[in-house]
Amino acid sequence: MSEKIKFTIDGKECIAKKGQYILEAALENGIYIPFLCNMKGVKPAGSCRLCNVKINGRNMTACTTPVAAGMEVESEIPELQELRLSIIEMLFVEGNHFCPSCEKSGNCELQALAYKFQMLVPRFPYEFPIKEVDASSPKLYIDRNRCIKCKRCIRNIKDENGKSYFAFYKRAHDVEICLDKELAATMSDELAQKAMDTCPVGAILRKEKGFDQPIGTRKFDKQAIGTDIISVVENINMEVKE
Amino acid sequence: MTKKITIEPVTRVEGHGKVTIHLDENANIVQSRLHIVEFRGFERFVQGRPYWEAPVLVQRLCGICPVSHHLAAAKALDVIVGAGTGNGLTPTGEKMRRLMHYGQTFQSHALHFFHLASPDLLLGIDADPAIRNVIGVILNFKDLAVQGVMMRKFGQEIIRATAGKKIHGTGAIPGGINKNLSLAERDEFLYGADPLNIDKMIEWAQASVDLFKAYHKDHSDMIDNFAKFPSNHLSIVREDGAMDLYHGVLRAIDTNGKKILHDVDYQDYLEYIGEEVRTWSYMKFPYLREFGKKDGWYTVGPLARLNTCDFIPTPLAQKECEIFKAYTHGKPNNMSMHMHWARLIELLHSAEMMKELLNDPDIMGDDLVTKGTKQKEGVGVIEAPRGTLFHHYRINDNDQIDMANLIVSTTNNNQPMNNAVRMVAEKMMTGHKEITEPMMNAVEVAIRAYDPCLSCATHALGKMPLEIALYDKNNILIDKKRS
Ligand code: SF4
Ligand code: SF4
Repeated sequence: MSEKIKFTIDGKECIAKKGQYILEAALENGIYIPFLCNMKGVKPAGSCRLCNVKINGRNMTACTTPVAAGMEVESEIPELQELRLSIIEMLFVEGNHFCPSCEKSGNCELQALAYKFQMLVPRFPYEFPIKEVDASSPKLYIDRNRCIKCKRCIRNIKDENGKSYFAFYKRAHDVEICLDKELAATMSDELAQKAMDTCPVGAILRKEKGFDQPIGTRKFDKQAIGTDIISVVENINMEVKE
Repeated sequence: MTKKITIEPVTRVEGHGKVTIHLDENANIVQSRLHIVEFRGFERFVQGRPYWEAPVLVQRLCGICPVSHHLAAAKALDVIVGAGTGNGLTPTGEKMRRLMHYGQTFQSHALHFFHLASPDLLLGIDADPAIRNVIGVILNFKDLAVQGVMMRKFGQEIIRATAGKKIHGTGAIPGGINKNLSLAERDEFLYGADPLNIDKMIEWAQASVDLFKAYHKDHSDMIDNFAKFPSNHLSIVREDGAMDLYHGVLRAIDTNGKKILHDVDYQDYLEYIGEEVRTWSYMKFPYLREFGKKDGWYTVGPLARLNTCDFIPTPLAQKECEIFKAYTHGKPNNMSMHMHWARLIELLHSAEMMKELLNDPDIMGDDLVTKGTKQKEGVGVIEAPRGTLFHHYRINDNDQIDMANLIVSTTNNNQPMNNAVRMVAEKMMTGHKEITEPMMNAVEVAIRAYDPCLSCATHALGKMPLEIALYDKNNILIDKKRS
């Protein structure tokens, strides 16, 4: 059994395996810290910054910071909640999000977070960027209007040699997701579905599959994001070896 | 000197219309035009989008009848996914869509009659606009107002149960539907507590037809002669000539009732229908090619549908249809205000159709979607509450829409609405150099009979906002008045 350590999130006592990242440990302790770019089983990237927490007065991304014994983590404090809301708003204005006709609506993590944070009108001006869609591959439809550049697809969708189907090209603000044409030509239905499920938003969609699932019956229609976290750590005192 | 009088609404949502009337120095009307500014960017907007998004995307173009756009787009995409041109869907797919459509027609017609038309009829066209609105109806005809609200609610609940949401649902998908009706939902519509059950809806719909007939008896001069003019009429009808608001073949008749478009497949609509652009209006003027731009225009909507169909396939509405047709001795009815009568007969028909569909076990079936050999192009036509609606899409090899063409009901009625306005203007304004309240009311009533997709046709809360501006022949504003 790996070594366990104690720490707190907003004063609540938690335990973690040594070396575990705060975000992962929080989830295991039944505490939801909002995130978009993170994904279970995939190396964290710390790119969306939504999971910002405060440790000793410093902002750190919970997905890339390992827990240390006795660490006091602040998460649901007004300052950070406001920061998170501003990030969500920024993601909306940087793209072209037209939820009512988006296939991902109801299953979209960005939209679900906007609801959770009760976003109304973004504080930033809409950029209305001009984005190309890429419909040239047989299985997937890539809509860059909705891409939040989280890199989940790059990190999670690979062939048997570990080569990514997806990559970024261009730089900085202009960075764009693209799909390797050669690899995509032979993509299986299962992998196409996995790619769509990997994307937190509606930027990767399976072709010819739209709106089969009625609105109102989708994941976040039924349950707000972050409310399905169940603690797997049952009894803190028993499990921790001092 | 020619004077130009402009009647323009000042607030608007979906688009706006204004009326310009040119007078000569003797106050004779030399020209009158209804200008409608519509959101025309849509056909560009969908380009590049994946085709399966269209039914959900397009309904956003209209806040008044989103379901009609949703279904017309879905029907066009049925063709693209190889599910046939209207009758290839599974029984559940087709019947759920029909139920959605009749629910939509029911609530739309109820809204139009009770909120928009009834103030004119019940309170009088000449009534003070301050009371000639739905509030006036509520104060003076409380039971009727409650019925209007409840009928609308029933229709919206049908839409919610079939499309997933009351407005902007996602129920219809290429090749079918994404949900069926549960037994509980069905039973609620069939046997729900009064008044929200289908039998009450049929009873009230019948009562509103009777109300119109009684009103007509006492005011036949106005109802029969207001904005009456000869016209061609166009709609889809079922292959056997029955009224069918969801699917059929294209039929047009001339003002004498002679068939001029012979029950053709609407996939070929471009062969029969052209769209004329006139410099002074953003809205095109459709016409039947065979008869040319000048004589080929036609009317769509409830009046046209009552005129083109041979019969209505539900008993109560058929009885009313017979009375309606007998009034003009079987000849086409060209009286603009009879549009309201026709609309109420359709209200009744929609209620009867909903009952028939609710009693059909197919509506609860599980086989929802059909697909076949993919096509590159498809046309979907439906009889929207306001008239025939065309959606036409073409896709590229990557499943993206690369061409979209829409002819909406209000566009189809462009010429007849212009004619109605001109008739009213000639009657009311010739010999006057000033616009009076009754003149404005009359123009408003004429436009409203067509129930165009314009916010300016709405005076649900308060009077229709109108602005009158008077110009001389050099387009210099010489007078301006707001109602
Ligand atoms: S990706 Fe999410 S936020 Fe963006 S349009 Fe789609 S549902 Fe809305
Ligand atoms: S396509 Fe989706 S998963 Fe990939 S970077 Fe963009 S938002 Fe993230």
